[in-house]
Amino acid sequence: MKALRKIIDKVKPNFEKGGRFPWLHSVFDGFETFLYVPNTVTKSGCHVRDAIDMKRGMIAVVIALTPALLFGMYNVGFQHFKAIGAIATFWEVFLYGLWAVLPLIVVSYGVGLGIEFCVAQIRGHEINEGFLVTGLLIPMIVPVDVPLWMVAVATAFAVIIGKEIFGGSGMNIVNPALLARAFLFFAYPLKMSGNEVWIRIGEGAHAVDGFSGATPLGDALVGDFDKLHASWSISDMIFGFVPGSIGETSFLAIMLGAALLLFTGMVSWKIMLSVFAGGFATGLLFNQIGANDFMLLPAWEHLLLGGFAFGAVFMATDPVSSTQTEKGKYIYGALIGILAILIRVLNPAYPEGMMLAILLMNVFAPLIDYLVVRQNINRRLKRVNK
Amino acid sequence: MATFKIKRGLDIKLVGAAELVIKEAFTERYAVKPTDFRGLTPKLLVEEGTKVRAGTPLFFDKYNEKIIITSPVSGEVTAIVRGEKRRIEEIRIASEQQIEYVEFEKNDPKTLSREQIVERMLESGVWAMLRQRPYGCIANPDDAPKAIFVSAFDTAPLAPDYDLIAHGQGVAFQTGLDALATLTKGKVHLNLQSGNAGVSHVFLNAKNVEINYFKGGHPAGNVGTQINKLDPVNKGEVVWYLRVQEVITIGKLFLEGRFDATRIIAFVGSEVRRPHYFRTRIGASVRKPAEIAGIFDDNVRYISGNVLTGTNIGADGYLGFYDNQITVIPEGNHYELFGWMMPRLGKFSAWHSYLSWLMPWKKYKLDTNLNGGQRAFVFNGKYEQVFPFDIYPVQLIKAAITEDIDMMENLGIYELEEEDVALCEFICPSKIEWQAELRKGLDLIKKEMS
Repeated sequence: MKALRKIIDKVKPNFEKGGRFPWLHSVFDGFETFLYVPNTVTKSGCHVRDAIDMKRGMIAVVIALTPALLFGMYNVGFQHFKAIGAIATFWEVFLYGLWAVLPLIVVSYGVGLGIEFCVAQIRGHEINEGFLVTGLLIPMIVPVDVPLWMVAVATAFAVIIGKEIFGGSGMNIVNPALLARAFLFFAYPLKMSGNEVWIRIGEGAHAVDGFSGATPLGDALVGDFDKLHASWSISDMIFGFVPGSIGETSFLAIMLGAALLLFTGMVSWKIMLSVFAGGFATGLLFNQIGANDFMLLPAWEHLLLGGFAFGAVFMATDPVSSTQTEKGKYIYGALIGILAILIRVLNPAYPEGMMLAILLMNVFAPLIDYLVVRQNINRRLKRVNK
Repeated sequence: MATFKIKRGLDIKLVGAAELVIKEAFTERYAVKPTDFRGLTPKLLVEEGTKVRAGTPLFFDKYNEKIIITSPVSGEVTAIVRGEKRRIEEIRIASEQQIEYVEFEKNDPKTLSREQIVERMLESGVWAMLRQRPYGCIANPDDAPKAIFVSAFDTAPLAPDYDLIAHGQGVAFQTGLDALATLTKGKVHLNLQSGNAGVSHVFLNAKNVEINYFKGGHPAGNVGTQINKLDPVNKGEVVWYLRVQEVITIGKLFLEGRFDATRIIAFVGSEVRRPHYFRTRIGASVRKPAEIAGIFDDNVRYISGNVLTGTNIGADGYLGFYDNQITVIPEGNHYELFGWMMPRLGKFSAWHSYLSWLMPWKKYKLDTNLNGGQRAFVFNGKYEQVFPFDIYPVQLIKAAITEDIDMMENLGIYELEEEDVALCEFICPSKIEWQAELRKGLDLIKKEMS
């Protein structure tokens, strides 16, 4: 591998100031640091440093997303063949899904990283790894049939308006991936909701008779609980053989990711736990009120349906847009759980409340932090007056 | 007598701990570095060729002329080394084999008034051993500190064993404590390690002090942690602190009437062949101990102090004024292919995306590589786990970075010094320079206050 290092060292001067391509410096630096941990040594403060860096942290999250992504691909194929009533082997099913999902990932990464590279170069910064996660999240939270150009537009919007104008990764207020989804949801609602978008039928193919295409949550929204429970068993929902956004359907795959995230400790278990607790408690409360059918849906089933689990594990826990104080994390998480179920059950216009609940709490996270920190300040003031 | 449990923190286990053997390392080369004293602007009293004795004033603080730094040895000033903007970096002294001392009066500090003690300490230069919080500069003799703190153990990586160092120094240590007791109306706290069966009788038998016990890993031995638990610094308050060997030096001033700059230091680190202790003096060149102990490689970093807070002094450097150890570790100026995604079992991390947390017994040979690039704050929640103060570290450092003085005050910056946030800096995945940012914040406040 010394040869590779030699090549890099040889071409490196071209990208430095006074070289031939100084305007590509950030991009070159991005690729170089991807290949090699740089030879930078500590200048001030601690002489030795922890082996962790942003790349390691982000890759841990990407790995945690993989089970849900792979299952999502399989499920796209599974739903397709089920809808057209054909029988296919495991690999046919998976490859169909892979072929459907891969373009979304390519577009999302292409557009997002392109913008990241440009902005980093303009600012003269190193390229930030944050988009490695965002770029994978975006395809996982959209329906499979969303047009590629829409994904491109939404990604660009999320990266520029959601992140770069605030100063890049680490400075954003709301979760960029969710912002992309919200953009699509409100700009192109026909492609983001309803019964038509969740399953790819494909050109030239026809759905079997009696095919509905609705998600379990869609059925729940219109109060069709008999159909909900007749069409899908609980094990379908746990394993994820139901229509929905690409990565959100399998509770099991998401929990596998959650286990990985919690093992590596890159995100807060406090947030994850309190989202589930908040959602479950709200579900129970509605069970007690029981004013309509939706309110009677068992509380634990809420946690399996739609994007609740995915949001709780991968979205609410985003360390940048969530609360930064340990106490605040409980409040923030619980409120997301409560709001998500509240929006689901009480708002007839939206079948899913998770996205809006998280975005709303993203905005309020600094306020929660402010109040928690204020307590600490007051405690210190009291110490003086004692 | 109270015991405090410090649960939050992090022990970084390094290869190269010192064997409990003290060797002599005579050297002719000494240097006093004005940069060791925070916020001090030196005005020289000597020039090249001046003959000095141990205790002869070398320079004083331009902004507080009472504060004098004196020579640790006798001999001749060989060079005044200046850096950028003619800033004085080193006053080099060639030492005689037989040290001659400036003779001061000998008295039992119990028979002296506070003024007399302060004056004796100031004129002999040992006053500089006393440091204060806030800011971590040399204590101002006009202040009335609400308490004085002495930590009798060090939990930092490869730190020296104070029980070994203090052995046989009981009288000097007690005399030093007696002198300190007259300096404050409050208590003198002597903080010992709980659960350490080998605590020296020098400490256990200390009188005229309040003895407290602290239990836990690093930073339980940091005086900042102890102050926070015992008697935290609020706005407008001042506490003083010093280390064990500094108390002994003060004691010897009153016992022997001399400025005895003897220091027992641990010469440690993975690059040292035979790490052990040396008896030397403040400002001694590290060349001699390095020769005796042996160094494995050339591409190494010499640190006066520990790996978390020490100063990079180079192979030709000199022991810092306040330091009790020299650490030698490999430089990390090399590339590592795909390092960030490898298992890296030989690397240490507090984060669980590496597996070092499953091997708590393992000792590491860490180099000076930054292990990444600087980024904005992203991952959180871990800093609080290594920071045992009732303070929000991330919020505080952000206030320091944004120069928000009110917020820094509200969040408790007066309690902190660099060593307290060193672990936060160590574990930071964004590679933010916590210690430098904190110092900038403190400097800004000090400037605004004066």
